[in-house]
Amino acid sequence: MSFMGDLMNPAPLWHNGPSPGAFYSFPGNATSLRPTGHTVQDFRAHSATPITTTTTVIGLRFDKGCVLAADTLGSYGSLARFRDCNRLQKVNDLTLLGAGGDYADYQYLRDIIEQKIIDEQCIGDGLQLKPKSLHCWLTRVLYNKRSKMDPLWNNYVVAGVQDGEPFLGSVDKLGTAYEDATIATGLGAYMATPLLRDATEKGPLDEESAKALVRKCMEVLFYRDARSFPRYQLGVVTSAGVTVEEPVELKHDWSLAHMIHMK
Amino acid sequence: MFRNQYDSDVTVWSPQGRLHQVEYAMEAVKLGSATVALKSKQFAVLIALKRAVSELSAYQKKIIPIDEHISISISGLTADARMLSRFMRTECLNYRYAHDAPMPVGRLIGMVGNKMQICTQRYDKRPLGVGLLVAGYDDQGPHIYQTCPSANFFDCRAMAIGARSQSARTYLEKHLNTFMDCDLNDLVAHGLRALRDTLPNEVDLNTKVILKIILLTSLGGWNADLL
Repeated sequence: MSFMGDLMNPAPLWHNGPSPGAFYSFPGNATSLRPTGHTVQDFRAHSATPITTTTTVIGLRFDKGCVLAADTLGSYGSLARFRDCNRLQKVNDLTLLGAGGDYADYQYLRDIIEQKIIDEQCIGDGLQLKPKSLHCWLTRVLYNKRSKMDPLWNNYVVAGVQDGEPFLGSVDKLGTAYEDATIATGLGAYMATPLLRDATEKGPLDEESAKALVRKCMEVLFYRDARSFPRYQLGVVTSAGVTVEEPVELKHDWSLAHMIHMK
Repeated sequence: MFRNQYDSDVTVWSPQGRLHQVEYAMEAVKLGSATVALKSKQFAVLIALKRAVSELSAYQKKIIPIDEHISISISGLTADARMLSRFMRTECLNYRYAHDAPMPVGRLIGMVGNKMQICTQRYDKRPLGVGLLVAGYDDQGPHIYQTCPSANFFDCRAMAIGARSQSARTYLEKHLNTFMDCDLNDLVAHGLRALRDTLPNEVDLNTKVILKIILLTSLGGWNADLL
């Protein structure tokens, strides 16, 4: 049977032509037109890098609830592109959600969460998504996305009241999750966390002192963080419910920077 | 048995507007041994008769734990009950994985109801021949639900299904108003008396007619140690 040659890998019918039973791969076809180094996977992944980004979210737990704060700037690289990016969301009467990182990814997940809440209200059994459940659910979603090599490029801070106890938890784009009395994402993790920890170590805070502390942190971050903005929102969740206030303007005074000279 | 020309499959209506296949499936529930469920403000209790096919055989499994806070007792086709219980277990596990919380009982029953309904409407399926009593405990307290092969489900304070269960239901209806404030022992005693009424006069509840009792409480779990 040797006259039949190698049955599994037959020789091409003509030079550079198809082998018997194989497809003809035309010269100059899709493989050579496609941008080099990209695979199909790359076109399915949306957040290879974040585009419109937001910066720090601050979360602080006090005796009867939690307070969250975030500025309203959407940056396009270093360009202060969008000035009205609200990113504190009332999820339900028990839960407040704050997000930093890629704004498009946040909008995507916000819509899903809103639909989840609507679906729940449609069931009409009076049960509500609890803060810890949302925190766990976000962990699962974000870890799942990162495992597909397509992470949602966000930091989420979940604040709420569950069974009378205040809850504050964080999830990052890898699905890493933790609970703490103070949470600050982005640059705030470096600049605001020490201020928040100093205050909480002295004992439990009440609502007013917690809000004052968070406002102070937003001011410090505005002076120090080049991607921050003087307009920010503050949200409070207690057993009485969730309130997200309208954006407020931070009063800033650059005269205190008189020692700093541009070279 | 009841054969007529309109019971060939589930999608065929009789001129009287009945689906005979679904009604036959409802009859299958009455062939299983009786089981009783009842609840107070704090507890939900399942009690089931374990009938042995013969002296030589083991007893059929009547009560299936689903999760730490939900359990079911069955009457009818055991195979269908096992399929449903596997579905319920999976859903409870998935809910725990995603939300780190026990599945709300009413939501689970809604999903089971939808699943059972599909089999009553499709040409290539048959209705499930099993009735369930589902007892569970969640944020809203104890629950008792009854499900039928017709895919109806009912939120009950007390219910009995299975062979000769009408007498148990009569007992439960008679004492319905006392259940809510019962303590645990009284609640179980009521359940046992209801179940006794399903037995023929000459038979009594004893070791030969073995019982299975399961409790669901706010303390979590379906342990009988509380008795």
